[in-house]
Amino acid sequence: MKPAVILFPGSNREQDAVRALRLVAGARPQVVWHADHELPQGTDLVVLPGGFSYGDYLRCGAIAARANIMDAVRAHAAKGGLVLGICNGFQILCEAGLLPGVLVRNARLRFVCREVLLRVERADTPFTRAYRKNDLIRIPVAHGEGNYTADESTIARLESEGRIAFRYARRDGQIDETDGPNGAINGIAGIYSEKFNVLGMMPHPENYIEPEIGPTDGRGLFESLAGALKAA
Amino acid sequence: MITPLNSDRTAVNSIPNTPRITPELVAEHGLKPEEYEHFVKLIGREPSITELGIVSAMWNEHCSYKSSKVWLRTLPTTGKRVIQGPGENAGVVDIGDGLAVIFKMESHNHPSFIEPYQGAGTGVGGILRDVFTMGARPIAALNFLRFGDCHNVKTRRLLAGVVAGIGGYGNSFGVPTVGGSVGFHKRYNGNILVNAMAVGLARTDEIFYAAATGVGRAIVYLGSKTGRDGIHGATMASAEFGADAEEKRPTVQVGDPFAEKLLLEACLEIMKAGCVVAIQDMGAAGLTCSAVEMGAKGDLGVELNLDAVPCRETGMSAYEMMLSESQERMLMVIADGKEEEAEAIFRKWGLDFAVVGHTTDTLRFVVKHKGLVEADLPIKELGDEAPEYRRPYEEPAPRPVIDPSDVRTAASVADALERLIASPELCSKRWVWEQYDHLILGNTVQRPGGDAAVVRVEDGPKALALTTDCTPRYCEAGPFEGGKQAVAEAWRNLTAVGATPIAVTDNLNFGNPEKPEIMGQFVACVKGIGAACEALDFPVVSGNVSLYNETNGKGILPTPAIGGVGLIDNLEDSMTLAFKAAGEPVLLVGKTQGWLGASAFLATVCEREDGAPPPVDLIAEKRNGDFVRGLIRDRIATAVHDISDGGLLVAIAEMAMAGRVGASLEDPPAGMDPYAWWFGEDQARYVVTVPAGQSAEVIHKAEMAGVPMIKIGKTGGDRLIVPDDRSIVVESLRDRHETWLPIYMGASS
Repeated sequence: MKPAVILFPGSNREQDAVRALRLVAGARPQVVWHADHELPQGTDLVVLPGGFSYGDYLRCGAIAARANIMDAVRAHAAKGGLVLGICNGFQILCEAGLLPGVLVRNARLRFVCREVLLRVERADTPFTRAYRKNDLIRIPVAHGEGNYTADESTIARLESEGRIAFRYARRDGQIDETDGPNGAINGIAGIYSEKFNVLGMMPHPENYIEPEIGPTDGRGLFESLAGALKAA
Repeated sequence: MITPLNSDRTAVNSIPNTPRITPELVAEHGLKPEEYEHFVKLIGREPSITELGIVSAMWNEHCSYKSSKVWLRTLPTTGKRVIQGPGENAGVVDIGDGLAVIFKMESHNHPSFIEPYQGAGTGVGGILRDVFTMGARPIAALNFLRFGDCHNVKTRRLLAGVVAGIGGYGNSFGVPTVGGSVGFHKRYNGNILVNAMAVGLARTDEIFYAAATGVGRAIVYLGSKTGRDGIHGATMASAEFGADAEEKRPTVQVGDPFAEKLLLEACLEIMKAGCVVAIQDMGAAGLTCSAVEMGAKGDLGVELNLDAVPCRETGMSAYEMMLSESQERMLMVIADGKEEEAEAIFRKWGLDFAVVGHTTDTLRFVVKHKGLVEADLPIKELGDEAPEYRRPYEEPAPRPVIDPSDVRTAASVADALERLIASPELCSKRWVWEQYDHLILGNTVQRPGGDAAVVRVEDGPKALALTTDCTPRYCEAGPFEGGKQAVAEAWRNLTAVGATPIAVTDNLNFGNPEKPEIMGQFVACVKGIGAACEALDFPVVSGNVSLYNETNGKGILPTPAIGGVGLIDNLEDSMTLAFKAAGEPVLLVGKTQGWLGASAFLATVCEREDGAPPPVDLIAEKRNGDFVRGLIRDRIATAVHDISDGGLLVAIAEMAMAGRVGASLEDPPAGMDPYAWWFGEDQARYVVTVPAGQSAEVIHKAEMAGVPMIKIGKTGGDRLIVPDDRSIVVESLRDRHETWLPIYMGASS
């Protein structure tokens, strides 16, 4: 496994992602500067970490989506390479056209940092094979603009193609659209690209990996990636 | 190599003397006539307008500590772990393994009242900068907030704005905001308190200081550009508010957390590259204060060439540049031959880098602009030898002790508990801290809502415990005991999570020190803090004083906020307050007399704020705390909570709500008034649970250590059962506790 974590000015969870890849997946991630034009040789996973790239100025992710390195990330994704965007990374993927839709201001208009329950919608992707379908996992969110939305036909297509990765759920497993952290349509917390090689998600699995810190339900995502990329 | 500017002394003749300095102009700059006369005598001539601006910036209360310095010197500031005490950007304390914790708390009260979002945000930005200026990477932020009465028309807007501002800055910068304190009282109606604390980590051999060394070295300006925001911010913060407080908005700075994040990364990178000789952030009084401090502390002169200062706006005068408080700026002395390397690093991060002056051997502070000398002043007298006052003060009059038999209420014990737990003071502050990213960096072991936050150090096993505390009610009722109590409570909160308390930072918020009764509160609080820090081996390593928190002649409650830091050697030994299981004995540590004076019960349930505050027995405090910490380290305790606001029953209720486990409680001791027993705020107390069957052994242990300890109940069930009263379902108590603030703020959850 050769992950590259992209560092934009204003990224701030890049070390959290590095630690998760190191501790859970046993990888030694390279941190790649936004102004570079190429990914390190042999990169098999690109992580766009959380943060406030360019201060969220203009629109979350809008400026980062136009950084030099993003051409290389697009090329990597076009070849079927894995890309994981967490929080600001998800916003960047939407702005870069690698995922459809957009993240807008939380319905309650406030930043929210708390644990949520996520329902794992499918367990057959490189990101989720360590989970089971319909698992309820505890993962924290920390964002002001995580309210996923898109036009009706895009949502219909995402749903029909099974491209919803995670949904905000209640304890009984039902979708939590109104009481969720941000008001996202259909409780959407994360989505896949058409070929399921790009995942964008608002919650932070990288912060729930160590038993001495707290819950560890985020490990599954990094274990899945390690498993998927072991053969390669 | 730097080419010295034309610094021949004849240039002094070119100092412009327009406009003429009138008494009105002096007063507008916040200088007293006698201070101005002293200044004129010092320089031997009438100052230029720029010089008047500079001296007003350096000699105001906020920057010079002129009213407080003589008292601050009485505080204990040394200890075996202390690397750097007060006087630098932040305090530095050794935590072993070659690491140091660097921390400080600072107020941004006045600007936050005028413009809550930017005021609070730049307060966070300023304190973060203080910490990373010393070479530390910030690992946690905390705050201490006080707002006016919840019925006051401004309170909601100020609370919403301050919380959003703190979150807006800290979340974007990327530091977890892990703890704090929020309270309300009508005495803060016209002056809210926003005290921000930052905590960073550095290697003990890689700490950077403000004192410049070496003559002829380049002084470099780094960070954002200089604009016209915040001019006279520090002077504004050194005066009372009148009816025109809101008109002072232009003196509030505007924050850019993105620029600060870049500044952090760039500063740490050039420090690592060995480029930095001295560094000072531009905080209050901006370029003036930072340049003077660098020179004065290093016994050097400083010459600045303002033509080189990166400006955001055109046509800025020397006066404006010297007084601007634009944020996210730093001043550095760069090591010889390292300018190019440092510049390349700053350019990479997209930040400004400009050589704006150099150090000299003249001990003068010389400012040039467009070929003119705009200022030429003696640097030591401006800086570390600024005037100081021993202001007259009145000893606060002691208040009578309240006898529990004089306290009347129609509320039952259960009713009173329900009211207290849902009162503005004691309700859950989740609505606040969920707006702060408290998990970033992945090291937050204990989140907001407990006795103290616990943050892992690097990859562990060490951790730091962090808290901010003060009970302003007590400080008003008896400033000496109140000062002691603020320190004792911080010490107790750190102890309750299993930490060894190691040092504090203080943020002393008071009214107008020119009034002898206010100065009397200040002096007594400082004496109390000093006594407690001494007795608890808990030195003060940094701090800040905020005076003139008055509006239309009415001062705030005296509020010496204490930021405490403790060390946990192995984070597996940290403790939480939640009840863990049913059937565990509930033990009370410490002596209960039933002290109701100045209590939360009296204020909330009886609507009385009279009486003397609880006395703090520092010997008992230390003995009881050390014993409890021992129970945690020996892995005997299963839950620990300090007893503070609201007394014993509120502490038990908080443990029950956190663990979603009830408890049945025994009768108060014979002869004890039930309200005094359940709600008295006697100090040096904790509630501890231990595994079933171990209470006798633990009580024996306590007896041997001279620590009062009795069994008062047993955990279990879904309700709190108080003798001779109705039982309360824990879940419904939790609902009340959690919903007061969201409902108040008009939110659905």
